[in-house]
Amino acid sequence: MSDKPMAPAIDGWHTMEVKPHLIGTRCKACGSYFFPKNNDYCRNPVCDSTDFDEVELSRTGNIWSYTNASYKPPAPFVAAEPFEPYTIAAVQLEKEQMVILGQAIQGIGCEDLKVGMPVELVLEPLHETDDDIKMTWKWKPAAQ
Amino acid sequence: MSNEIAILGAGMHPWGKWGHNFVQYGVAAAREALADAGVPWQDVKFVSGGATVRCGYPGYVAGATFAQALGWQGAEVNTSYAACASGSQALAAARNKILAGECDVALVVGADTTPKGFLAPAGGYRPEDPDWVRFYLGVTNPTYFGLYARRRMDVYGDTLEDFAAVKVKNSAIGSKNPRARYRKSFTAEEVAASAMVADPLRLMDICATSDGGAALIVSSLEYAEKIGKGDAPRVAAISTTTPTFASSVVEMPDMATDSAAAAGVEAHAFRSTLPLKAYEEAGIGPEDVDLAEVYDLSTALELDWIEDLRLAPRGEAAALLRAGDTAIGGKIPVNVSGGLACFGEAVPAQALAQVCELTWQLRGEAGDRQVKDAKVGITANQGLFGHGSSVIIKR
Repeated sequence: MSDKPMAPAIDGWHTMEVKPHLIGTRCKACGSYFFPKNNDYCRNPVCDSTDFDEVELSRTGNIWSYTNASYKPPAPFVAAEPFEPYTIAAVQLEKEQMVILGQAIQGIGCEDLKVGMPVELVLEPLHETDDDIKMTWKWKPAAQ
Repeated sequence: MSNEIAILGAGMHPWGKWGHNFVQYGVAAAREALADAGVPWQDVKFVSGGATVRCGYPGYVAGATFAQALGWQGAEVNTSYAACASGSQALAAARNKILAGECDVALVVGADTTPKGFLAPAGGYRPEDPDWVRFYLGVTNPTYFGLYARRRMDVYGDTLEDFAAVKVKNSAIGSKNPRARYRKSFTAEEVAASAMVADPLRLMDICATSDGGAALIVSSLEYAEKIGKGDAPRVAAISTTTPTFASSVVEMPDMATDSAAAAGVEAHAFRSTLPLKAYEEAGIGPEDVDLAEVYDLSTALELDWIEDLRLAPRGEAAALLRAGDTAIGGKIPVNVSGGLACFGEAVPAQALAQVCELTWQLRGEAGDRQVKDAKVGITANQGLFGHGSSVIIKR
């Protein structure tokens, strides 16, 4: 990677700290969490609230399941050449009672993961543009 | 009062990658269904089409498109979009029309022409579109199938050999289906030698997209009696229920599930709740089912469906498979059509194709694929945007 500045791949979906958090919303009335952010209407059928707090979601969780991408996805995915397969994890967040998908960090394969394994959120490059390095959230085994 | 309707005729255009206009497949399927029913086209007073967003304007107005193609004769039309459940929703619209006494005979039809390769979203920077987001972040359709499959392995102890065995089973029976696209028997070794797509799933574990068309002629029980088809298979139940919050299984095209954190909210699995209404409506239970056609987008997903339909306790579908009980001649044959493994997915036609197979099975006309003494069959499928369906056919 170059010395270009880092920028989020998708604006406002996560913080840019060393120990980053995904940014969601929480319904002020019923406490349901939403990711990505939902600021319009609560989707809990017994709640008609339209008021939300922006919240940082838990940055640790446990693996619900995992897989990989052996083939290059189509655009808008921006693939390195040659394409390197990457691993994907679905992670259960305890407090939020929800599952969030993301790539696993580089160098981690399916053989390194197990359902239930604790993981934490980190940032890694997704791809590079002429101006900056687009960063996104990835899951990293907590033991590492 | 009975909520049942009769299936007088079934028809399909063979699945393949033919590259023709989808209307051609739908018309061929409709004409085969009409001939099978012995009903003249002019007697059909309602045309219910499964929509296809892929085929542009004519696909969005499928009911009218097929009515015009078959020759305008004044029938009322309807178009249903419900992703993979479009055919079932179109069938439900026809059932409602018939049960309301507004028509005696209806045509239900769906057809699709599919492009090659991944279905890619529009470009630009569009974070409000979940499809754009997931492709940008590297999450494709097989990602979700891979997640479900890997979870089965870690939680229930399913193996790669189990998944391959589903493909071997479906390809063996599907090779005898003249309407299937892939009519070749595969061995476990051939599945294992195919390219990895989304660990643990290989190319031969995952279904393709196909061109195809399927159609049904349905009627009131009185009309069926009148034309001497009082013993025709009947639609006993149609469930097209949506998920219940909090939907706890991450589904295409989302990056996250609902949250079950609020007081009084429980986690629900959509696939598992879908068949409940069907069983209740038909007044039967899983023990009454003779065969099932389920949406095997992947080999592992067939095992999930078997449990979602309560044909096996949770986590025990692979044991049923290993015992040969889901193959023809077993206790509960699953996907004796060959399933999506042999057909590939033609979205607006697929739910109807499942019902076509059950219709032929219940009439004892399935030839080499015939399940002995089949009296009750169930279908299951799930698609995007909270759509899914389960249909029960009995005779």
